[in-house]
Amino acid sequence: MDNKVPQLNIVGFLCNWCSYAGADMTGLGRNTYPSNIKVIRIPCTGRMDPMMIIEAFHNGADGVLVSGCHPGDCHYTEGNYYWRRRYPHLKSLLEHFGIDKRRFHASWVSASEGKKFAEVVKKVTAEVKDWRDNG
Amino acid sequence: MARIGVFVCHCGTNIAGVVDVTRVAKYAGSLPGVKVAVDYKFMCSDPGQNTIIDAIKKYGLDRLVVSACSPRMHEATFRRTAERAGINPYMVEMANIREHVAWVHSDDKELATQKAMKLMEMAVAKVRRSEALSKMFAPIEKRALVIGGGIAGIQAALDIAGAGYKVLLVEKEPSIGGRMAQLDKTFPTLDCSACILTPKMVAAAQDPNITLLTYAEVTEVCGFVGQFEVKIKKKAKSVNSKCIGCGVCTTKCPSKKALSEFDEKLAPRKAIYTPFPQAVPNVPVIDRTACTFFLTGKCKICEKVCPTGAIDYTQQDEFIKEKFGAVVVATGFDIYDHSNYGEYGYGEIKDVITGLQFERLISSTGPTAGHVTRPSDHREVKNVVFIQCVGSRDEAKKRPYCSRVCCMYTAKQAMLLKDHYPETQAYVFYIDIRSAGKNYEEFVQRAQNEYGVLYLRGRVSKIYERANKLLVKGADTLSGAQVEIEADLVVLANGFEPKKGAKEFAQLFHMSSDQYGFYNELHPKLAPVETAISGVFVAGCCQSPKDIPDTVAMASATAAKVCALFAKEKLEVEPLIAGVNQLTCSGCETCYNVCPYSAIEMKDKEVKRGEVRHVAEVLESVCKGCGACVGACYSKAVDLKGFTDRQVLDQVETATAPITDN
Amino acid sequence: MFKVAYFPGCSLSSTAKEYDVATRLVCEDLEIELVEVPEWVCCGATTAHITSELTAAVLPARSLIWAEKHNMTITSPCSACFSRLKMAQLNLEKYPGLKKEAEEILGETYSGKGEVLHLTRVMLERYGVDNIKAKLKKQLKGLKIACYYGCLMTRPAEVCENDRVEDPMLMDNLVSALGAQAVKWSYKTECCGAAFSLTKTEIVRKLSGDILKEAKASGAELIMVACPLCHSNLDARQPEISKLLKAELNIPVLYFTQVIGLALGYGYLDLMLNKHFIDPAPLLKAKGIL
Repeated sequence: MDNKVPQLNIVGFLCNWCSYAGADMTGLGRNTYPSNIKVIRIPCTGRMDPMMIIEAFHNGADGVLVSGCHPGDCHYTEGNYYWRRRYPHLKSLLEHFGIDKRRFHASWVSASEGKKFAEVVKKVTAEVKDWRDNG
Repeated sequence: MARIGVFVCHCGTNIAGVVDVTRVAKYAGSLPGVKVAVDYKFMCSDPGQNTIIDAIKKYGLDRLVVSACSPRMHEATFRRTAERAGINPYMVEMANIREHVAWVHSDDKELATQKAMKLMEMAVAKVRRSEALSKMFAPIEKRALVIGGGIAGIQAALDIAGAGYKVLLVEKEPSIGGRMAQLDKTFPTLDCSACILTPKMVAAAQDPNITLLTYAEVTEVCGFVGQFEVKIKKKAKSVNSKCIGCGVCTTKCPSKKALSEFDEKLAPRKAIYTPFPQAVPNVPVIDRTACTFFLTGKCKICEKVCPTGAIDYTQQDEFIKEKFGAVVVATGFDIYDHSNYGEYGYGEIKDVITGLQFERLISSTGPTAGHVTRPSDHREVKNVVFIQCVGSRDEAKKRPYCSRVCCMYTAKQAMLLKDHYPETQAYVFYIDIRSAGKNYEEFVQRAQNEYGVLYLRGRVSKIYERANKLLVKGADTLSGAQVEIEADLVVLANGFEPKKGAKEFAQLFHMSSDQYGFYNELHPKLAPVETAISGVFVAGCCQSPKDIPDTVAMASATAAKVCALFAKEKLEVEPLIAGVNQLTCSGCETCYNVCPYSAIEMKDKEVKRGEVRHVAEVLESVCKGCGACVGACYSKAVDLKGFTDRQVLDQVETATAPITDN
Repeated sequence: MFKVAYFPGCSLSSTAKEYDVATRLVCEDLEIELVEVPEWVCCGATTAHITSELTAAVLPARSLIWAEKHNMTITSPCSACFSRLKMAQLNLEKYPGLKKEAEEILGETYSGKGEVLHLTRVMLERYGVDNIKAKLKKQLKGLKIACYYGCLMTRPAEVCENDRVEDPMLMDNLVSALGAQAVKWSYKTECCGAAFSLTKTEIVRKLSGDILKEAKASGAELIMVACPLCHSNLDARQPEISKLLKAELNIPVLYFTQVIGLALGYGYLDLMLNKHFIDPAPLLKAKGIL
């Protein structure tokens, strides 16, 4: 997809050890992706309080991505398992609130998966754009 | 009221080439609480840091935002800068406008600049809520664990022990020595591998600071830098400490079922065995899957012949749990299995062998006592074809990387062959010759010019079995001709791949691996032996293919890192940990249940005068700051320093607000 | 009943009549129903696909559409026909413009979902060697066979989906099931020279000569093939190759369905073994098979 998607705001929560490092790797490899995502660094996806995501949508974010270590690879052993349990519940709750499922995403990106992070952001941005353009 | 300084880095042209840094700085100046905003070429440089220090003094700043590279790169640097100027180091935030902006949005400078402004603004929002945190310290267990007893592990253990620290060296096989012990000679000096390795093996065994644990594997790891708790499985050797290493049991053992791993399955080995004669420790083990007694209940010959009564069939696997301050991972590599190469016979042609098998064939301690004969019919060889890049630089086999040593070991093997059998002819099929290293290119030249090894630039398309010969068909791309060589033996230069089980092992430590399974170093240039896990270091080929000198250098580097760690009295740890507001804690114990480190204690405590309640409390020395408790708390009583709810929510709010840039 | 769409191809009604006869005979015994594609046309081999992409797609498309409509896997005993059918299917999928044009010419639409398999895979994989084994009347004991697959059955590898492109085992497994011995040799998939037979015969003499020599050297008494062109090069050209090599090769070349036919108890004339240039009768009699 084209990397230039104006007027679309996506908040990304990336865990420090895998996905944030993975996103750094994307930069090291000079892989490009749409600039809509604004990244907030968190220690671990297990720290994700659903309130932060709800607040993001409440404030007008078009999309949210939460990304952490692959299952089994959590720096803190089990934080991403908590998030893995929380994610589907929150997703269905948000849908119930009227937040389209194309707007809320989770992924696993390791510290070495720079290319994958770019792909994830492209996919997420495309889905959020699809929601905005086509309803 | 906060007094914030914002410092925008150009990083040469890395950032400034894409992001309009002056506009970012100008925008920063317009934000509430920001007293000064400047941009500079290299913020991390000495003058750059001095700019920050001067500004702190001049404007009476109490907190900083540095818009530069990833905090994973330079957060520690700028925290130290703040400290030098008398500000609490935790009043510093970074906005990552290099890795997350300039390098990934170079296709639109305007959008990149806008995003850089936004990320900087988010950092300003966060730092406004930052609190001064005081340093925390943890004890260090001054004992190192080295995993893997190859040349990397041996070298690391010797160096750490040499500095006076205790080391436990754990090896999976019955002897230390690793891959290097299997080699005949080493390039580019052609000195005997065993002659330079065995003294080191003996030194490791005799060093009073080193404890050897062979036939053992790490099964569980918890804890963290300074305080790793490691569970190790000591596999049952079936031989106890009374063994004097006389070797009678091995000679008399009637079983020939198993194939020698050390000889790369070219020869049988006994059920009770030491991998090779110079094994350290020189104590045999019983392979229970091959032992007649364990399989049928009859035999016990080894027990009968043992002069010291060292055989113990009842031994069980034993688990020990020990504490270490640091870990060196030196678990080594496997060689690529060429059964994926249909054109080379799916690994089914007996006289198509691996480079490592050739080492065993030409080694005087090998199964043929150094006579290079064909594995199929034991005939001597006349024409030998070497094929390079098998499982290396081959996109089709998902091994696009160069294994770095094959060009050199092929040249070495061809020279050794000519040394032993001057009448033989050696042919080498290659893609390119990669001989970067001291005296390496000269070595390859010698193989060609002095030894008459014939180098053909091209790939082999197929190996045919034909009347006790191998017909090797390939292309010589320099002359443009098709080549057919009738060979007696084909030696493949199998590349390196991660050790079987490398992924599972990485998970024990939560280390990350690259797409092939080699372990990731913390930084490809500036932290090549550290991992993302503080206190865990990597050495040798588990990180990527490399030769012996590089491996030894890397091993010594890990030792230096371990010693630097152990030289400290105690360990400074980040105070970014959880804390409980006991006034609002409902005592539900959710945090207590989710904490992966058991860092939460439930206590009955007087939270207000006259009100004793069941509340949570964080054990500061145990908490690692993952925030699982914070994400789980129902009553918002737990918060995480450095990543407080308020900070993250302010970042969210800023992220979603439009830029008010005029 | 096991049912497939059958595309015999032109060779099987002329130079390889015996392949067709043996195949139909054997399939009847095995209860494999071969439904011949009605009014099938040339697959376009060689001439069409080197001159016109469109012709090369349209000719097989007609048969592909028929098989798809009747919900059948389409198979051909000829490697060249198989290759053309398969490649046409892939190209029609890959190039929508080509597909549109082909559909316009044929006046029909094509979904591209139908399966295209060589006869060896239909009989030996789908129907299964074990099922064939269960119906055998006799064992071909003591017969040493070199299985020759040729190039078009196995290549391109990703199209033909053969797990061992350099050393296929499909027919070798059949040989073992028939009680004979499959020799191990390296020339299973070498090129026989194919259509150069008429234009550059010396190339065919060299390439087919190599294959025959290797088969002989590996101890084979008989070569088993599954392609009419391979057969004609190895069998019909064998006398002149022998002369060239100054050695009497005299190694019979049989189609795989003829070999199955022998194990099902059929005789010399039933399987039209008399059509081969190298008469297999002396060998088969010596082994007690005839």
